[in-house]
Amino acid sequence: MSETKPPARKLPALEPDTAFFWTSGADGVLRIQRCGDCGLYQHPPFPRCSSCGSEAIAPEPVSGKGRVASYTINREPWVPGLEVPFLYAAVELAEQKELYVFTNLLAPIDAARVGMPVNVTFEQHEDVWLPMFRPDETGGAA
Amino acid sequence: MTLHPEKLACITGAAQSEVGRPSSRTALQLTADACLAAIADAGLEVSDIDGIACYPGKSAEGGGIAPVSPSEAAAVLGIDPKWILASAEGFSHMAPIFNAITAIACGLARHVVVFRSVAQATARMASRSSTLMSGSRSRVDGNNAWTVPFNALSPINTFALYAQAYFEKYGANEEQLGMIAVNNRRNAGHNENAVYRKPLSLEDYLASRVISTPLRLFDCDSHIDGSTAIVVSHKDAAKDLKNPPLHIESMGMAVGGLWVGRYEGDFTSMPAAHKCGEMLWSRTDLKPADMDCAQIYDGFSIHVWLWMEALGLVPPGEACRFVEGGQRIALDGDLPLNTGGGQLSGGRFHGYGHIHEATVQLWGRGGGRQVADAKTCIISNGGYGYGAMILRRD
Repeated sequence: MSETKPPARKLPALEPDTAFFWTSGADGVLRIQRCGDCGLYQHPPFPRCSSCGSEAIAPEPVSGKGRVASYTINREPWVPGLEVPFLYAAVELAEQKELYVFTNLLAPIDAARVGMPVNVTFEQHEDVWLPMFRPDETGGAA
Repeated sequence: MTLHPEKLACITGAAQSEVGRPSSRTALQLTADACLAAIADAGLEVSDIDGIACYPGKSAEGGGIAPVSPSEAAAVLGIDPKWILASAEGFSHMAPIFNAITAIACGLARHVVVFRSVAQATARMASRSSTLMSGSRSRVDGNNAWTVPFNALSPINTFALYAQAYFEKYGANEEQLGMIAVNNRRNAGHNENAVYRKPLSLEDYLASRVISTPLRLFDCDSHIDGSTAIVVSHKDAAKDLKNPPLHIESMGMAVGGLWVGRYEGDFTSMPAAHKCGEMLWSRTDLKPADMDCAQIYDGFSIHVWLWMEALGLVPPGEACRFVEGGQRIALDGDLPLNTGGGQLSGGRFHGYGHIHEATVQLWGRGGGRQVADAKTCIISNGGYGYGAMILRRD
């Protein structure tokens, strides 16, 4: 690889609380931290449940379905080599109100809408599986 | 009745250094310029100052966002502080002021100089990417790890999500949002220290390049070099000074999940900013209708709408229509807004330009941008943490 060509993305460090999230896609399943006592999902992960205080928290598989809470078309090439335009979005996961994951929408630039149903897919870079989302052709997470 | 600490403190002096893109003076020189001028403005000597504070302290990260520590500034100015503080997070960039108020109310200091210095224009001359959120390490950690891997390299991508959701929920449009930039520039024309003073029409705004939909170039504030300083004094020590003291009628503060990447609400409001607004109004008998002018945080234009609603200046979903056409927010309108040009035209002082402008208005120094008989001003600050103050002159 040439020295001057920057990586397509700056990857997240795998930190103790977050590594499971970034590697979850290795088996094609999205996982979100959930409290074993009260059932709350929380993201980003914390060392304890932010609702009941329990430390019985663990990654739990989720459906990977959600809806676009908001999106933006980024047109600014912030660093050399960054391909624009691209869609950046907040996806509200089907499992819980206001449970948001940030992502890129893999959809035609003009197709994004608030409320649009989406499905997770993963893009692997080194030891990281970035959760990306595509329009859900089946009609969504009802 | 509880005695709120802010009732014991007031603002007695304020000043700004030259503002450059870039400046030929170093951040420490600019800091000294602003602090010495603010101290002189209050009618004080350096030896009278017994406290010093700033946002956010000093860090090599962030491309000139944190170029000067309060210890350095104290040494350079010849201040022997009994109380000193740098505050990088919490209740917005206003936290050092709230802490100074508390220190004064507790008797730890009588006259505190609070400054905000930036050297982001110089940093960007060296490296255009220095101010991006990706950091200098090979991988990104902490809060930015949730956004940067998806190439959301600027805070604009985050606040574009708010703008888009707001547009869709309330039927707002870009002509309405553009009035924030247009109004700011109109006011900046009367402010010699603003970085952008050339008139900007709504047509110019709509023709400007899109950065992250629906936000455009003119929806963004600008990197600058400069320093702003204020002097906060105990009210008993403020009586016989040069300027009529500006009473800190009330303060409000809140911090939500955004600091740690946890988002609340549906991206059409900043819920924690509403808590800040509730605290602000709970500490005064004044009402939104009593405000003679407003200096509302505009890191990005959309912040202004979110903040106006959070502070109860307009009902939820109404800020877009309130600013439409620009008459209500003009210098002679119902609520003169960002009378010095805000950050969009005045440069990114992280809200300290807004505080400085409040003092300009209340001390009648506005010249061509003076709001007639301004006696009260509401000020808000922050996009990730939230602070607000009401200043009042007798």
